[in-house]
Amino acid sequence: MIRKLLRHAKGYEGKSIATLCLVLFETALEVVLPMFMSYILNTMQLFANGTPLKEALIYLDLQTGQIVSLAENSLTPVTQQLLLSVVVTYGVLMIISAALSLSAGALAGRLCAQAGAGFSRNVRYALFKKIQSFSFSNVDKFSTASLVTRSTTDVNNAQQSFMMIIRTVIRAPAMLIFSCIMAFIRHPDMAWVFLVAVPLLGLVMGILAAKVHPLFLSMLKKYDKMNADVQENLVGIRVVKSFVREDYEEEKYRRSTEEVRKSQLKAERLLILMNPLVNCIVYGTIVTLLIIGGAEIADGRIESGTLTAMMSYCTQILVSVMMICFIAVQLVMSRASIDRIYEVLETEPDIRDGEQKDLQVKDGSIKFDHVNFSYSNNAENLTLTDINLDIASGETVGIIGGTGDGKSSLAQLIPRFYDVLDGSVTVGGVDVREYSLFNLRESVAMVLQKNVLFSGTIRENLLWGNKDATQQEIEAAAKAACAHDFIMSFPDKYETDLGQGGVNVSGGQKQRLCIARALLKKPKIMILDDSTSAVDTATDAQIRYGLKQLDKDMTTIIIAQRISSVEHCDKIVVLNDGKIDAVGTHEQLLKTNQIYQEVYHSQQKGTAEGGEN
Amino acid sequence: MPGPNKNMGTPRPTNLKHNVGRLIGYLKPYRGRMVVVFVCILLQCACNILATSMLTPLLNGLSAKDATVTLTGIAALDNLALTDKTAYLFTMVGMIAGIYLLSLSANYILNRIMVGVSTGTIKRLRTDLFEHMQRLPIKVFDNTTHGELMTRYTNDVDMMNEFIARCIPQMVNSLVTILGVFTAMFILNWALALIMVGMLAIMLVIVKVIGGKSKNNFVAQQNAVGKLNGYLEELTEGQKVVKAFNHEEIAVAEFDEINKHWQLVSGKANSYANMMGPILNNLSHFFYAGISIVGAIMAVNAENPLSYVGIIAAFLLYIRNVTMPIQQISQQINLLFMAVAGAERVFSLMDTPVEVDDGYVTLVNAVIDEKGNVTESATRTGRWAWKHPHHDGTVTYTELKGDVRFEDVTFGYEPDKTVLHDITLYAKPGQKIAFVGSTGAGKTTITNLINRFYDVPDGKIRYDGININKIKKADLRRSLGMVLQDTHLFTGTVMDNIRYGRLDATDEECIAAAKTANAHQFIMHLPEGYQTMLTRDGENLSQGQRQLLSIARAAVADPPVLILDEATSSIDTRTEWLIEKGMDALMEGRTTFVIAHRLSTVRNSNAIMVLEHGRIIERGDHDDLIAQKGKYYQLYTGMFELS
Repeated sequence: MIRKLLRHAKGYEGKSIATLCLVLFETALEVVLPMFMSYILNTMQLFANGTPLKEALIYLDLQTGQIVSLAENSLTPVTQQLLLSVVVTYGVLMIISAALSLSAGALAGRLCAQAGAGFSRNVRYALFKKIQSFSFSNVDKFSTASLVTRSTTDVNNAQQSFMMIIRTVIRAPAMLIFSCIMAFIRHPDMAWVFLVAVPLLGLVMGILAAKVHPLFLSMLKKYDKMNADVQENLVGIRVVKSFVREDYEEEKYRRSTEEVRKSQLKAERLLILMNPLVNCIVYGTIVTLLIIGGAEIADGRIESGTLTAMMSYCTQILVSVMMICFIAVQLVMSRASIDRIYEVLETEPDIRDGEQKDLQVKDGSIKFDHVNFSYSNNAENLTLTDINLDIASGETVGIIGGTGDGKSSLAQLIPRFYDVLDGSVTVGGVDVREYSLFNLRESVAMVLQKNVLFSGTIRENLLWGNKDATQQEIEAAAKAACAHDFIMSFPDKYETDLGQGGVNVSGGQKQRLCIARALLKKPKIMILDDSTSAVDTATDAQIRYGLKQLDKDMTTIIIAQRISSVEHCDKIVVLNDGKIDAVGTHEQLLKTNQIYQEVYHSQQKGTAEGGEN
Repeated sequence: MPGPNKNMGTPRPTNLKHNVGRLIGYLKPYRGRMVVVFVCILLQCACNILATSMLTPLLNGLSAKDATVTLTGIAALDNLALTDKTAYLFTMVGMIAGIYLLSLSANYILNRIMVGVSTGTIKRLRTDLFEHMQRLPIKVFDNTTHGELMTRYTNDVDMMNEFIARCIPQMVNSLVTILGVFTAMFILNWALALIMVGMLAIMLVIVKVIGGKSKNNFVAQQNAVGKLNGYLEELTEGQKVVKAFNHEEIAVAEFDEINKHWQLVSGKANSYANMMGPILNNLSHFFYAGISIVGAIMAVNAENPLSYVGIIAAFLLYIRNVTMPIQQISQQINLLFMAVAGAERVFSLMDTPVEVDDGYVTLVNAVIDEKGNVTESATRTGRWAWKHPHHDGTVTYTELKGDVRFEDVTFGYEPDKTVLHDITLYAKPGQKIAFVGSTGAGKTTITNLINRFYDVPDGKIRYDGININKIKKADLRRSLGMVLQDTHLFTGTVMDNIRYGRLDATDEECIAAAKTANAHQFIMHLPEGYQTMLTRDGENLSQGQRQLLSIARAAVADPPVLILDEATSSIDTRTEWLIEKGMDALMEGRTTFVIAHRLSTVRNSNAIMVLEHGRIIERGDHDDLIAQKGKYYQLYTGMFELS
């Protein structure tokens, strides 16, 4: 896992490695500091007691300005001058070390932050780029909501882990090892206590963590359910209020919160044992050190400064064990995030460019040849079965059928949003799988059922169709889509800000803007997938008229629920349960096709007497 | 423009004291337990300081050769130090161990209590928030995104939990420890203690400067994150459009720009934050060095150097005791700010005024005799009456018939934007009134006024002759059955969802309602029939099936007046036909308001209102309107664009 993460540190290796080195340096200095302190304390103690030096000692003599090195058992008497020299030497050394350690630490922190941000940027960029290359079926598989979570929350977690790896992961074990070494150098007879305390501490924390973990998981599940309740309530608030169900909802929510409270209590009650247990071991170690060290002081074998230093090491060692446990938990927690990121990064887009990259779409003719299609690539579960259809360039074709009969699926095969299972789809005489996706989609415009506009002005959104379009071209497209008039009624006209997802326009206006945007592409094939459902009948008719006026050679495919939307088409395709039931003109179908007749009559219940017949 | 980013910007809350006070107010029911917690914290701090201050006499005593050194101050113990070092060692260490045990127990008790207090408090906070939210007017939900409301429940409440469970005890603990240690230092040696205070002050200034820089950068980072996530979300949601327009490369390039900016800002913000650790970590080392040098100079010139050795050793131990809480406080301060910012958002929602309801006319079950006399009934009779109490204490009953009148209603969601102009209409009991018009003409707005999702001035809308502002909202809504444009189903079984209409309905009644709504057949085809679990707004059902369930839900409520906001635009016509049959059965004998997109639904209405730009431009029944050859005729024939 760590190796996977580090791969994304590209461009920031220098900073990452520098961070590691600086952290090591910082840790080493921190470990040396208690030793300096113990020299000062011991010397003072000896001075006060009037006992001569036994330990080896190096110091700078303040009066002579020379570095004095005393061997073990030199039995030099501790004079005022010697004491002051030792204190100043090691005091200054401590200040220098602390300053160096501080600078190294601060610099490491800075580099780490920069490397972390760089890492995060790389991962996010890789994800975003990957998602851009995904086909519709890839996106469907992940769902957009989960892709968003992966690119935000999960990347954040990965960044935290990365920063922890380069900053803390090395620090804790280094501290542990350095401190142990120093403890053994300083006083090997006492240091064995750590050999018992360290594994014991690790064991206790590990066991407790293993016990608490499932409790927290179950709490999180209940927590998610509780929040799902709120979410559901928010979405359906009008239903709640209409049926006067506020009390009922409150009761439901109260039950969820109570469940969360109970399971949180259960988990936390176990977790709060951690602190006393861990401290028990820490204090136990200190007490043991006191007894052993105390006896040695009483016997005059060591000075009290040595014991103080050992106690410093004790804290450093045990704190680093705790840190290691903490990091392990963090890494386990972020592991899920990293896995989710990699699931995306390791998914290959299942639709790729065709062989003939430079091939342009010649005209707007379309041919479906024995096409079978399934979203799950499963021949047993076909969405479209044996579709054969010939559409000449410039024709207007209507597709009609019930929900789930495969209308949208059929249309989405033309710009190759999905690939066929069997058979082939041909555009401009060439199989769609031969073109580069770019060239194919430049020629095929599709207004999707679920329309999306982006934040920005109306003009910016329309320019998606053609980023070099002139104002005339934009207006012509907007006029054809019956959007120009309402755009001009806004105070800022084409510069009106749409807000995120186009919140500032109504459903029908949104649909018309989407059609205008598609028209600006000047496509050879235009597919309207139920794109005028929120537009009234009159405007719907106007738009169809406008499309024909704008470009007579454009092949137009209209998917609709309303007969009135397709009745003037050159040909109408009736889909039923993924199969073509009939193809013909309005008049032909009205005479021969039963489904078409049914649909027609269900919609024309009233029109029969006052309508166009 | 209101947007989800409204709350980003500054993490610093505007009214710190007030919000902290209010949050702490939530702990009131636990006053007694909080006192125990406080005592435990004091005990814990005292134990830790005591244990530390015993180390010096212990070490001094072990190496002391004569009685000149001050040890514990307790004569018996001090004598023991001179006579039997081993006994002294074990007595002192035993006492220290005892103190440690006491401290651990205090810690456990305090945490145990706090867990109960914090989970209970947070639960109460959540339910209070939810209960308040249920009573808010629809307007609030229209103007606030779901995401924004959700964060109050997730992020903000979690932060408050963190504050109560950890911030408060730790802050108190740290403060008490710092105070205690400094007191001990001053008692030991005021000169050295003053030097400590001086050094600490210098450090605090440095920390404050860096902290300030870090805060500014964090604000910038928050904004960058908002922008980054906003772009990501929008583009991912619109992924299919991106593909349809070959927009991938441009999107990647744009994203990289935003990403790069984030990297820069975030790197800076975290730099400062990351620097705090090493600074605070090394704080103690500077203190050690400073105290050692000064102390040694004092010791050299002192009459009794040995006592100075003890004092300095004690100081060095105290330094460790005091730097830890300082580090903790610096971490907690950030948490505190975030928690209070969260509390501010939560409290501001709680302070949003609830739906005004000064209605006093209530809906009661009624028995009505042949002469038309209405008497109240305790049980369900299938007939209802409005109970109207008067100032003089008398009560009159009016039979609920379903007569709705609008008189000159003018309305706008915002004061300067009028949506409805001079709407006057009436619906006699049992009539079907239809509204026709294009999107945004004001059809749904009219129904929103009938059920008082939005309020109009007094007397403009009357229900059975009663000013609807005088009717209790809950009773008003109970008398109206709504089938809304967007169907919403709740997690639960199909049966539960139908029963949502009337909670005391029996299974048989629910099934009968489903049959009325034409939903029975498809329900029986579901894997477990009426017991099939629906999740996530009924994601496993088709749009048409969901619509049928919502009709069944209204049917089981059996209301005298129905409002059908027809939403069949995304349903194929054959399914729609099925739904219409369900609706027709439901409308039988009830006053009904229908909002129609497709005209076939409204043909047999008693009156059809054609709306345009918030005005009724044509009214009459189908035949009248066709004869008028106006807008309705054009819409109906769908021909005016060609003529």
